[in-house]
Amino acid sequence: MSLIKVENLSLKINNNKILNDINFETNAGKILGIIGESGSGKSMTANSIVQLLPKGSEISGRIFLENQDLLRFNENQMCKIRGAQIGFIFQEPMTALNPLKNIGDQVAEGIALHYNYDHSKSLKLASETLDRVGLPQKQFSLSRFPFELSGGQRQRVVIAMAIATKPQLLIADEPSTALDVTTQSKLLKLLKRLVIEDKIGLLMITHDLAVIAEMADDIIIMKNGNIVECGATSILAKGLKNPYSKSLFDASNYRPKINQIQKSEKPLLVINNITKEYEIKQKGFFSKKKHFKAVKNVSFQIFEGENVGLVGESGCGKSTLTRAILGLDHVNDGTVVLDGDIIVYGQVKRNSRKKLQVVFQDPYGSFNPRHQVKKIITEPLYLLDLKMNKSDIQDLVAEILLSVGLKPEDSDKFIHEFSGGQRQRIAIARSLIIKPKLIILDEAVSALDVSVRAQILDLLSKLSKEYNLSYLFISHDLSLVKSITNRVFVMKDGEIVESGETLEIFNQPKHEYTKSLISSTPNLNSAIKKLM
Amino acid sequence: MMNSLKFKQILIKNLSELSLSFWIGLILIAIFISLALISFFWTPYDITLLEISERLKTPSLNYILGTDHFGRDILSMIMIGARTSIAVAIIAVGIGLIFGIPLGLIAAAQRGGFIDDLIMRFNDLVFAFPALVIAIIITAILGPGAVNAILAIGVFNIPVFARVARGAALTQWSREYILAAKVCGKGSWLISIEHIFPNIINILIVQGTIQFSLGILAEAGLSYVGLGAQPPIPSWGRMLADSQTMISLAPHIAIFPGMAIVLMVLGLNLMGDGLRDFFDPKLKGSGK
Repeated sequence: MSLIKVENLSLKINNNKILNDINFETNAGKILGIIGESGSGKSMTANSIVQLLPKGSEISGRIFLENQDLLRFNENQMCKIRGAQIGFIFQEPMTALNPLKNIGDQVAEGIALHYNYDHSKSLKLASETLDRVGLPQKQFSLSRFPFELSGGQRQRVVIAMAIATKPQLLIADEPSTALDVTTQSKLLKLLKRLVIEDKIGLLMITHDLAVIAEMADDIIIMKNGNIVECGATSILAKGLKNPYSKSLFDASNYRPKINQIQKSEKPLLVINNITKEYEIKQKGFFSKKKHFKAVKNVSFQIFEGENVGLVGESGCGKSTLTRAILGLDHVNDGTVVLDGDIIVYGQVKRNSRKKLQVVFQDPYGSFNPRHQVKKIITEPLYLLDLKMNKSDIQDLVAEILLSVGLKPEDSDKFIHEFSGGQRQRIAIARSLIIKPKLIILDEAVSALDVSVRAQILDLLSKLSKEYNLSYLFISHDLSLVKSITNRVFVMKDGEIVESGETLEIFNQPKHEYTKSLISSTPNLNSAIKKLM
Repeated sequence: MMNSLKFKQILIKNLSELSLSFWIGLILIAIFISLALISFFWTPYDITLLEISERLKTPSLNYILGTDHFGRDILSMIMIGARTSIAVAIIAVGIGLIFGIPLGLIAAAQRGGFIDDLIMRFNDLVFAFPALVIAIIITAILGPGAVNAILAIGVFNIPVFARVARGAALTQWSREYILAAKVCGKGSWLISIEHIFPNIINILIVQGTIQFSLGILAEAGLSYVGLGAQPPIPSWGRMLADSQTMISLAPHIAIFPGMAIVLMVLGLNLMGDGLRDFFDPKLKGSGK
């Protein structure tokens, strides 16, 4: 008897086919990984099981949880199943918790509801559960609020909420995607331990093959609402059959060719002893002002044509440093020199702006939604002194759109008509149009699907060669940085702890922190070797 | 050709997403606006001619809404009164928009700075006076009249729009596309005009309809206490005030101008609600 069995599940939302004839089953104590890119229907499959679907949904097929046919249940009956027999873990720990409730009450809420316990009794169970997920009451009192916890700790609270009522099935929708690598590896270990201890069946939804290869017993690969391949995780090692899943596998392992550069002697960007302090909000009116050093005495150089990576986890000061380089923020000490010109906050010369552009992480927020693509990508032309006439601009837009792999006709469209990967191409087009010397890529591919990511990395590598561009590649993802950069800086708590040639650092890391970063990054190749 | 066809389809699709309350509101307002427009060419009776023999007539075929204590036709007065009400409200909201939005945008661009504080504290100061008090001050200096009523209501609108514009602009300033524009060397003036303003205009339109209905109410209130339009120009508020002493004798002379005010304000509020839902992407598609 399997724990959950899905038979011929199909889903239509407003007459659009979302899921098509989905079949799978899994047992208690097993982990089933559902893999797919955005829009593949993996999250909708999970939402169908708990019947949290948007309005206008038509669902057909059967979903059995043990002997109960969930699709025959009405809303009231489902409320008793959700939380009690099926637990849910969401992707974004920042928004999955109520900011106005302390963590004890938040975990106790579900317990009180499903067990009919009184407040003190459910708080007691809540504290035991928080202890199990690694938040012992001694260090993390129940009266803490979500904002007092880090992302990883919040996700532990979410897990505690999900497992407090001892559900048989746990659904985790990208549980570790929003977290740093070291936090992610700890969290995945925790989930695996809980599955074994409580004999929970875990449905783990992710886009990351490396994570799933390390975790799951069985996998399902989805595309456009269909299951294209399924089986035990070892099929990853034996070789996939379906062409789509093969391409997904290759994309996850993708490494573009690194441009072998002629070592240029001329430094393009010189950063000298940058220090940036933030004032911490005072508790009392008369208490002494406290300062927090976000960046401490950071110095490095980037030479012409070189691709440099800056790696660190959230809160290490990379964003602060980026803003300082772009001249968008005041620094307390130190200088930024770009191609001989000093960059000072508020007085950046047009000449420097021309040489420096940036691509941001969020493919949705970094464009004005009311502008057409041609207006978006020609925005940097404002920096040029000579005014171009209309037909010249049109030719330039067409040329630049072609060079990033889009069509010239796209220039009249609005940004919401494009997918995430296309938007990132537009962002690159915008940064390229004035032919800068240095582009800062601030987590520029982190939000993209693996296959799209591979294409963008290829594009970046090609453009760097064509235009003799330098990149400062800022990321938390080591494998990305490894694939595209010549040199790497590892940053922690506002300081650069290790720097050197990329391959050297990856093969022989010296600093403890670098070692832990490398070992906790999910690695598809080593995971597959274990499966063999 | 292709493009215009597509545009039409999108327009029709979007129009069908507007809620029922929007359409009811729009019809109500359209009725009053057409009444006001017709009154420029034709009214059932001339309201400057006093017909004492026909005073306080109840609604009949001759006088559809009856007559007042001077024998003037109430329908004609409401039609011309609509002119005053709408004109006062439009100009007053216009004053609020023209001065309030730039102030709000400047405050948002200089957020946290001295100019921001200066503008917003000045707004607080204006807010601290009720509109009626401002109107009395202005009338005390300049004398009563429709123009001064417009000024009083308009001045009161400025801080409303300044606050709404600043609040909406602040959320836009934290977006990444603003950073991208800064990296392109654009200053806060250009960013405010090119990026911020187009992205907050929907919020301002909605606030505009709400202020418009408040403006009509305020004009009625000012006219009621004798600070608005002066006789012989009719206004809904003064019609109410004049009817006060005769309300037990002939209730219809109070009811009809009162209803005109209620329906106009209701129409504007319904339209404002509908527009707010229409512009709010979070509410889109979940309406039905």
